[in-house]
Amino acid sequence: MEKIYSRPIGLKKSINGYCPGCLHSAAGKLIMSVLEEFDLLERCTQVDGVGCSANNHTSMDVDSIGSPHGRPCAVASAVKRISPETVVYTYQGDGDLASIGLAETMMAANRGDNITVFFINNANYGMTGGQMAPTTLMDMKTSTTPYGRHAQEHGYPMHMCEVLNALTAPSYIARVTCIDAANVRKARAAVKEAFQHQLDGKGFSFVEFVSNCPTNWGLSPIESLKFIKEKMLPEYPLGEFRNR
Amino acid sequence: MEKVFMKGNEAIAEAAIRAGCRFFAGYPITPQNEIPEYMSRRMPQPDVRGIYLQGESETASAAMLYGAGATGIRAMTSSSSCGIALMSEVIAWMAGACLPVVICNMARGGPGIGSIQPSQQDYFMATKASGNGGFRMLVFAPSTIQEAVDMMYRAFDLAQKYMNPVYILSDGFTGAMMEPVVLPEMRSEEFLAAERKKNEAWAATGRKGAARSHQIGAGQRPGFPRAPLEQKNKADWEMYESWKVNEVEYENYKIEDAELIITSYGVSARIARSAVDMLRKEGYKVGMIRPIKVHPFPEIAYEQLDYNKLRGILSVEMSIPPLFYYDVEAVVRKRTPIATCLRSGGEIIERSAIIEAAKKLYGDK
Repeated sequence: MEKIYSRPIGLKKSINGYCPGCLHSAAGKLIMSVLEEFDLLERCTQVDGVGCSANNHTSMDVDSIGSPHGRPCAVASAVKRISPETVVYTYQGDGDLASIGLAETMMAANRGDNITVFFINNANYGMTGGQMAPTTLMDMKTSTTPYGRHAQEHGYPMHMCEVLNALTAPSYIARVTCIDAANVRKARAAVKEAFQHQLDGKGFSFVEFVSNCPTNWGLSPIESLKFIKEKMLPEYPLGEFRNR
Repeated sequence: MEKVFMKGNEAIAEAAIRAGCRFFAGYPITPQNEIPEYMSRRMPQPDVRGIYLQGESETASAAMLYGAGATGIRAMTSSSSCGIALMSEVIAWMAGACLPVVICNMARGGPGIGSIQPSQQDYFMATKASGNGGFRMLVFAPSTIQEAVDMMYRAFDLAQKYMNPVYILSDGFTGAMMEPVVLPEMRSEEFLAAERKKNEAWAATGRKGAARSHQIGAGQRPGFPRAPLEQKNKADWEMYESWKVNEVEYENYKIEDAELIITSYGVSARIARSAVDMLRKEGYKVGMIRPIKVHPFPEIAYEQLDYNKLRGILSVEMSIPPLFYYDVEAVVRKRTPIATCLRSGGEIIERSAIIEAAKKLYGDK
């Protein structure tokens, strides 16, 4: 019988550290499966951010660098320039990439550093208990917006794909989600495309995963998927923003 | 060896390249701009083939250095005072992750933006707390450009030896002045390639068939499985203690019959040395103790003094309030009076002021 699906070999058989129903593990699994398909597991380096994204390295069996909060794009830029034969990617959450590390993200993208950036947007700071993130939706209650996110006080959600799309240098920008099988397939195709851009030396590639946080959203895993579909996706439309 | 006439900042950069530095990241700040400028010129040249990267901030530049350190290449950054303060986040990470990198501080006045003129107000930041978590580094304090050049050359070897960041605490004075220096030999390609090869045992540049993947991270020793943090803290402490035996460096200048000791470091000590010579000509029995590394602090130099014949110690530095003074006071433990001669905020200490303060403490000849 033909084997058509199995655990990616890059994923350790250990507990991955994520809450039940969290789509971080889905994103991680896709990345590992694409690295395996491209035969890159032995020649890649993952740069982790701080926050839930950092739970990643406990389950991913590849070389990794735990980076200071927000700095993965700077760390990855240096690693890639020193070791161009290594496929270098970052794995970051919304606080890491779009708040404390916004300068590092924007400037690595603007330099066109030949790295791949995976951005997990779950609209809150998951690890620290669900505080407001730059990507928190309007009126959304978090532990630091107990009355909801209001424009006058907190401004508006950050749209990183759209912001990065204003720059000249990036070569690939896409937003995906893993809420159902059809979208998982599209997400996997985007991850593949992003790595292909790096392998082709085209420069900065970026994939945003619109993700969930059942624990801090106070929803069941199933309800959180519904929330993504009904609330997150209208704010963060899916698709390829750039592919050249 | 041929002497060349060079500006301090450029001589420091060239010495780093000759030591094998093949990655530099930095952000503009006065008074160290000639270091990144020189690096941006020199790194692409065929005899170097290194990488220069201008960060978007000091924090990002330090993060780039962290990434470079994780590849096992010889790498450094430079900045000045408030810029180094911005790097402190990542300096702590580099110490936590045991990365062999070099950090050069061409210090200026403080606190905060302070002044762009030379100063020694970063003594505590360099020797006691360059970031969170209680780590320590070897801290060199060059008194001349030649010494800065020689220290740069050794710094990379020591970083590699101890797998810990090494810190050069210099100042805008040493960076901006020019004097003749002898530059060291260029490290051979073979030497650097062999070290890179050796560092592949832990570098995070792709697994390449290794038995297990390499993880670099604060709290983790490269090439070793993750251990409880306290275990690593203890191992680091053991290393810091070993430096007290193996890494102490200081200079005694004319102290044999001295009844008064001037103690100073870095560029202030250069001026103090000249004050000692002048005072000797006038018949004062004066000598100088100069820490060459300010961490580990050379306690032994002060322990070896005969306090029965000493009139006092004059502690000289370009910082108000004094900082270096407290390390001297801690080891002297009231066995003799200690006076200070200080300038601050970018003002250069004058030899005449040191001579005057020394005479006052000395009393009648």
